[in-house]
Amino acid sequence: MSALQLPLGSFGGAIEFIFSEQTSNVTGGAKVGGLEQAVELALKQLEVTALALAVALVLALPLGLYLGHKGKGELVLVGLANAGRALPELALIALVAALIGIGLVPVTLALAVLGIPPIISNAYVGVRQVDPAAVEAARGMGMGELAIIRKVELPLAISTVMGGIRGATIAILATATIAPLAGVETLGDYIINASIYGDDGRLAGAILVALLALSLEGLLALLQRRLTSDGLKVKTV
Amino acid sequence: MSSSLLLAAAGEVGGDFFKERTSDTLPCQAKPNEPFCFDWARENIDRFGTPTVQHLELVVISVLIGFAIAFAIALFAHRRSWLQPPLLAATGVLYTIPSIAFFFLLLPVTGIGKDTAIIALAAYTLQIIYRNTMLGLANVPASTKDAARGMGYTDRQILWRVELPLAIPEIVAGLRVAIVSTIAIATLAVFIGGGGLGTQIYGGGNLTFPTSVFIALAIVLLMAMVFHVALLVAQRFLTPWRKARVA
Repeated sequence: MSALQLPLGSFGGAIEFIFSEQTSNVTGGAKVGGLEQAVELALKQLEVTALALAVALVLALPLGLYLGHKGKGELVLVGLANAGRALPELALIALVAALIGIGLVPVTLALAVLGIPPIISNAYVGVRQVDPAAVEAARGMGMGELAIIRKVELPLAISTVMGGIRGATIAILATATIAPLAGVETLGDYIINASIYGDDGRLAGAILVALLALSLEGLLALLQRRLTSDGLKVKTV
Repeated sequence: MSSSLLLAAAGEVGGDFFKERTSDTLPCQAKPNEPFCFDWARENIDRFGTPTVQHLELVVISVLIGFAIAFAIALFAHRRSWLQPPLLAATGVLYTIPSIAFFFLLLPVTGIGKDTAIIALAAYTLQIIYRNTMLGLANVPASTKDAARGMGYTDRQILWRVELPLAIPEIVAGLRVAIVSTIAIATLAVFIGGGGLGTQIYGGGNLTFPTSVFIALAIVLLMAMVFHVALLVAQRFLTPWRKARVA
């Protein structure tokens, strides 16, 4: 077997695993793989990601925008952003599984914890970077503080705010890959339980997780374009 | 061996299994509901030494490789603006692919072990470092470059003596974010047999018990803090003409 054939062969086996059911050589003849199973696991991963993102957004986005508008709490948010980056997702999942429990709700909460720091700190920074003159002008035109946040600061800060949301989404989706350790069967099951799915299954899991992450990131980039006000769509460097 | 069997049993049947027994007679591993067990921690702290060293090695090597590559492509793309969007997109793809998936995509080519982990972790840092370096270079005022040109500096001298020194805060900030994130993500190296502190969180195909996870977590956070502060100090030292800016 030449060095080139070996990798190509593995990828062929993984693709086959995704599309056609086969007999596991470990679990006594049980069927593994196939498109139906792959779709089911992918949907589970998307479900837990969406739930966690929703929780993180509800908690972090309004607070970040508000604190940015008021210009308060910078030190706390900088610390939170740094601590969030340093938090190992594997330890988080392990502690949640051991101390809170396994299943969809504990995992959703754990993933939401990962999403909060980037969303809140980017919302804060984005709003802080808005030209104070624009805010003054809005105030002069008789806008209330909430209207200023919603109609002036948020649109002007949308690229930074969306940057945080995209970062949070990718972090949550990536960590949802190890959610099977806490009893939520996502595509990571193919990777973590390779003893059941075999090498082909494990590689198939890696391919599917990578594709899922890239598609989601692409979708969010499109969403960001849609959300950007037409007046702001200048070509960026 | 017996304690790992007990641990496996604890994982399967949960707390009920042990309720009838007096918890004193059980080893710490078999008390899944006990958040932290000081006796075990005192007796077993030495088993975290090697994983900590492995973890440091994973992080330092992969960030150094990532920095060398990202810095080089940033300098190359600096005056070739047509290269910048594709490079940003390419590093973005490497950044977006979850590390654990990246490990196993590489597996057929590079095999089990820490090399595969280092490649994936280095690939992850590229975008952070590349983006910050480009941002730092872009933030240098045109008037400053004009002044340097007026004093007879060549393009190369302007880059090394004017633009790069002025871009240091952003470059070091990128390095800081890259290191801290890599310290956290390197725990996943355990899945590809790369060693590190992840081995004390997930071992032998099972999650370990909370005491071990807490100790590993504490070492990871401490490591991140040390690097964070060290780079803030380094930044201040490297840019004596300005106060360190906290990002």
